[in-house]
Amino acid sequence: MSVTYDKISTRDAFGIALAEAAREYPNLFAIGADTTKSMGFKPMMAEFPDRVINNGIAEQNMAMIGAGIAATGGRAVVATYAPFASMRISEQIRTFVCYPNLDVKVISGLGGLSGNVEGVTHQGLEDIGVMRSMANMVIAVPADAASCTAISRVILDYTGPAYLRIGRGPVEKVFDEDYTFQIGKANLLDDAGTDVAIICNGCAVARVLRAKALWEEAGIHARIIEMPCVKPIDEEAILAAVRDCGRIVTAEEHNVIGGLGSAVCEVVCKAEKPCAVTRIGIDDIYTESGPHNELLDKYNLSPEHIADVVKNAVK
Amino acid sequence: MNDSIRELNLMANTIRRDIIDIAFKAQGPSHPGPALSCTDIVTALYFNIMKVDPQNPTWEDRDRFVLSKGHAAPVIYSALAEKGFFPKEWLPTIRRVNSHLQGHPDMKKTPGIDMTSGSLGNGLSAALGMAIYLRHQKKNSQVYCIIGDGELQEGLIWEAILAAPAMGIDNLTAIVDCNHLQSCGAVTDIQHIPGMAKAWEALGWNVIRINGHNMEEIVSALERARDFRGMPTCIMADTVKGKGVSFMEFDNAWHQKAPSEAQYNQAIAELEEARKCL
Repeated sequence: MSVTYDKISTRDAFGIALAEAAREYPNLFAIGADTTKSMGFKPMMAEFPDRVINNGIAEQNMAMIGAGIAATGGRAVVATYAPFASMRISEQIRTFVCYPNLDVKVISGLGGLSGNVEGVTHQGLEDIGVMRSMANMVIAVPADAASCTAISRVILDYTGPAYLRIGRGPVEKVFDEDYTFQIGKANLLDDAGTDVAIICNGCAVARVLRAKALWEEAGIHARIIEMPCVKPIDEEAILAAVRDCGRIVTAEEHNVIGGLGSAVCEVVCKAEKPCAVTRIGIDDIYTESGPHNELLDKYNLSPEHIADVVKNAVK
Repeated sequence: MNDSIRELNLMANTIRRDIIDIAFKAQGPSHPGPALSCTDIVTALYFNIMKVDPQNPTWEDRDRFVLSKGHAAPVIYSALAEKGFFPKEWLPTIRRVNSHLQGHPDMKKTPGIDMTSGSLGNGLSAALGMAIYLRHQKKNSQVYCIIGDGELQEGLIWEAILAAPAMGIDNLTAIVDCNHLQSCGAVTDIQHIPGMAKAWEALGWNVIRINGHNMEEIVSALERARDFRGMPTCIMADTVKGKGVSFMEFDNAWHQKAPSEAQYNQAIAELEEARKCL
């Protein structure tokens, strides 16, 4: 299967959507912590420089400026890299954005392993788990540029706290411009069979789709579900997978603890019949520097490894 | 003393009685000491300086207030109740289940609270965001933020202190309630920082030092802050923790403590006596 890459990165796709939203909402502000260039603010900055703020290398101040703007009637977008966006400003998001339910969007760059050569300090390995534990939060993880455009538009139109995880460089292309996103809804990508359901998001989606041929060689036919919205999660789609397939494999660019796999398990617990769940992700370890694709391969997201897990799950 | 200053002092006395009443009746110990130290400042803000409308708590053109030292919540609740934002009957319900009045201010539960606060170090940055937005919207509204002197040990406060002058913000006034005490003891014993006012000045703030219990000085400083252009203002207010109740003054035990019935009666009697002299 040939691999096609996006022409633009998810952060560029987000940046274009941000400028569109700024046109629509004159009260929308984007605040960066010396990240106005690296987090996709450039198109908005070109058109609306008075509504883009670089508050210096001060992430907590950035988050609180966003909260202050939202508390006064504005819409705020704050953006930095995943470890800082989810952990350094974790309390600001929890107490001053989610608790008062303010309209602040947290844009998280270098999500998953896309912090690549920078190493663990700049990779987002735990962010979804941290964010998922905060009430009122909406969490979205796009798979590629086209889906990031659609998801960014919905998230920027939404009024309330949201966490949007984006990447760095162009990634494998999965979707076309007709991609649709709804908060709380999964996308059924393939319904070739009911031997097992694969639930995935982010860069894992392209790799799951490439793994499909490998498990089909073994006579396995799977349902593939993209779960771009981790919170609120599409419980109906998960419970249908339990009912129809009885086995689930999850795949994500995140620690296996706390992310999509955990979220799926929490729903599977509610099902009337038992269902085995195998979670693919980073195995509760710290990763390393390296090119994004090589890291994905090494840390459990090669199509071969995914296919092996799927085959074992069905055995 | 002119009439308006006398009126403000009478209101501050009323609010102090409310704070003592809360301390006696609230669920568990509230924070009377740190509320009493900034009572005169909060009174000046809500009854003289700030544009607010109790009938329309979310009025867009109002001035904004952030109590960064959110544990002093009884003072803002009392001021808002006296101003008519909500019934005074709510005051003793503070800290109880189903109350509109949380242990620390909650902007979604209490009419008149402009920002949720209480996690120390965060308020000035929120106030800065408010000031940025109001300036952009061309509103003639001011933002006031009360910070504790112990709270200045929080790193995030300094991110805001650096950022506000750099952004040319001048519709923001930080008021440092220098009551010299924090939870574990004297501020200077825990982290001695000589020349705090000079530090703010050096970082681009218009610094005014006042006696935080002299109503004329408070009002005059707040008026000068409101009219000052080109940089944000920091009012360093020298205060006494527990001000107005003899046995609470300078005694850090009253940082968070409920009075006994005898102590409650004595405190109320002292405040009534003080009122006669105003």
